[in-house]
Amino acid sequence: MKKKSKVVSYNKWGYIFLIPFVVVYLVFQMIPLVSTIYNSFFENYRSGLTQVGPNFVGLQNYLTIITNGDLPTYTVNTLIMWVMGFVPQIILSLLLGAWFTDPSLRLKAQGFFKTVIYMPNLIMASAFSMLFFTLFANTGPINSLLLQLGVIKEAYQFMSHVWSVRSLVAFMNCVMWFGNTTILLMAGMMGIDPSLFEAAQVDGATATQIFYKITLPLLKPILIFVMITSLIGGLQMFDVPQILTNGTGDPMRSSMTLIMYLNKHLFSKNYGLGGALSVFMFIITGILSLIVFKFTASPEKK
Amino acid sequence: MSASTTAVMANTSLMAGQKENGASIRVRRIIAYIVLGLVTFLCLFWFYVLFINATRSHQELSGGFTAIPSTHLIENWTNLKNGTLPIFNGIFNSLLIAVVTAVFSTYFSTMTAYAIHAYDFKFKKFMFTFILMVMMIPAQVTALGFLQLIGKMGLDDSFIPLTIPAIAAPSVFFYMKQYMDSTLPLSLIEAARIDGSGEFRTFNSIVVPLMKPAIAVQAIFTFVSSWNNYFTPALVLHTDTKKTLPILIAQLRAADWLKFDMGKVYVMIAFSIFPVIVVYLLLSRYIVGGVTLGGVKG
Repeated sequence: MKKKSKVVSYNKWGYIFLIPFVVVYLVFQMIPLVSTIYNSFFENYRSGLTQVGPNFVGLQNYLTIITNGDLPTYTVNTLIMWVMGFVPQIILSLLLGAWFTDPSLRLKAQGFFKTVIYMPNLIMASAFSMLFFTLFANTGPINSLLLQLGVIKEAYQFMSHVWSVRSLVAFMNCVMWFGNTTILLMAGMMGIDPSLFEAAQVDGATATQIFYKITLPLLKPILIFVMITSLIGGLQMFDVPQILTNGTGDPMRSSMTLIMYLNKHLFSKNYGLGGALSVFMFIITGILSLIVFKFTASPEKK
Repeated sequence: MSASTTAVMANTSLMAGQKENGASIRVRRIIAYIVLGLVTFLCLFWFYVLFINATRSHQELSGGFTAIPSTHLIENWTNLKNGTLPIFNGIFNSLLIAVVTAVFSTYFSTMTAYAIHAYDFKFKKFMFTFILMVMMIPAQVTALGFLQLIGKMGLDDSFIPLTIPAIAAPSVFFYMKQYMDSTLPLSLIEAARIDGSGEFRTFNSIVVPLMKPAIAVQAIFTFVSSWNNYFTPALVLHTDTKKTLPILIAQLRAADWLKFDMGKVYVMIAFSIFPVIVVYLLLSRYIVGGVTLGGVKG
């Protein structure tokens, strides 16, 4: 009897150790989340020096960002740049992962290559895009290199063409994230039972056949995980296009992402539209998170 | 006779097969090395150009591209130091915030993970599921309410909203919990109890030291992500001397940069990037190993 009461008194420490997390989470994430949702139902902005609102307007803010075309346009921009960066990234990562984990290839200096490909991931995104901005400027080194080599006759204005800006953003995202994806996929590939590969080799399967018939199907769960986490990250795309275009999303707002748009509202203190946009983002990332949650939580049950 | 012939034939065909296999492996290996070489170039080229350009003066930079470093690195640095950007404040602020964030987030996440790992209580399962579910929700989504809140609390333009929230870091928690599952036996905690150690002392003097490898990995990750963070600090900090490096870089971009001394610009970028690269090269073993466990990507 005495022992039991002692066990109970130990377990109360479970609650005590949870206090910091719970308090900080409630204050700095839960309350802001609730007040963000609350704000989305109010008209509340500054027009010059006059403050409009807060007045309750129901779903008007949601209607506004959808009907004035902002939300659809910026969602499409974000998705285009994500896809442009993700497709080459996943192809490259699958290829590198397959090579690194292939025992018959016996690649040397793997540690060096892994270190190099992961490095861009740790670089300050704002500094990296500032670097690209200066490198690809009209008078920058890339243009002068291309001129010196005679590839082009006059400087190419990378910053004033829709697809060159989008390509630069996608390229930077790809360079920054393919190392991370490669390492995640490698972990998945190394988890595949090696006897399957041996059996396929004995049966005379080629490396290409093994990749398509064994590696890829067995890798499907981790591929989906990588894709969805990358999509969640992609929807948050901000630093790179923000710095590259100085927050304008130029040319013609074709590289303006959802978070850049949110950032604009936060700076101009338009809490109604900003709130509606946040709730929209919250619902989408929430749905995507639930899918990821299924993947993360399932090994826990084993 | 016939048996040995068959054996020899089988042997030769096997050898032929191996030879063919060997040749195709050699081709594939060469292709792999070529692609890896290109990828390495793709990753390192930008930093090489950055390094070269940081050593060149403004006149040299406007003269076109070269692959050989020049001699103006110190001069560019002195110009940047004496310029209008509060660069030393920026470095100090970035360092301070990143260190405090790393300490808070690793220590308290270990504590949260320990609460769920070592004790049995009513809401244990609920808490664990809840934290996993909110793990992927980005900070940007709640930024609006967050800004209003810190405005009301009078914490605007201070470092508190950039450091204290790191105490609740679901992805760090998840990593710590996984690490504990594999390395922290409950019998050890029992033994400490029998020896009369209080629960809090057990946590600090037994659990935390045992968790050192995991804490180191996560400390690096949280340090780097805080060092690189631009979104939240840009919304919270307003005074020039309180700003962090990413905000100063954004200001550099917003300024009429054509009038800028480009040598200064490159040194500034180099100064934000190279410290992280040096730390990374020293610790890359741990970092690359720690990637596989959770976190949001881009």
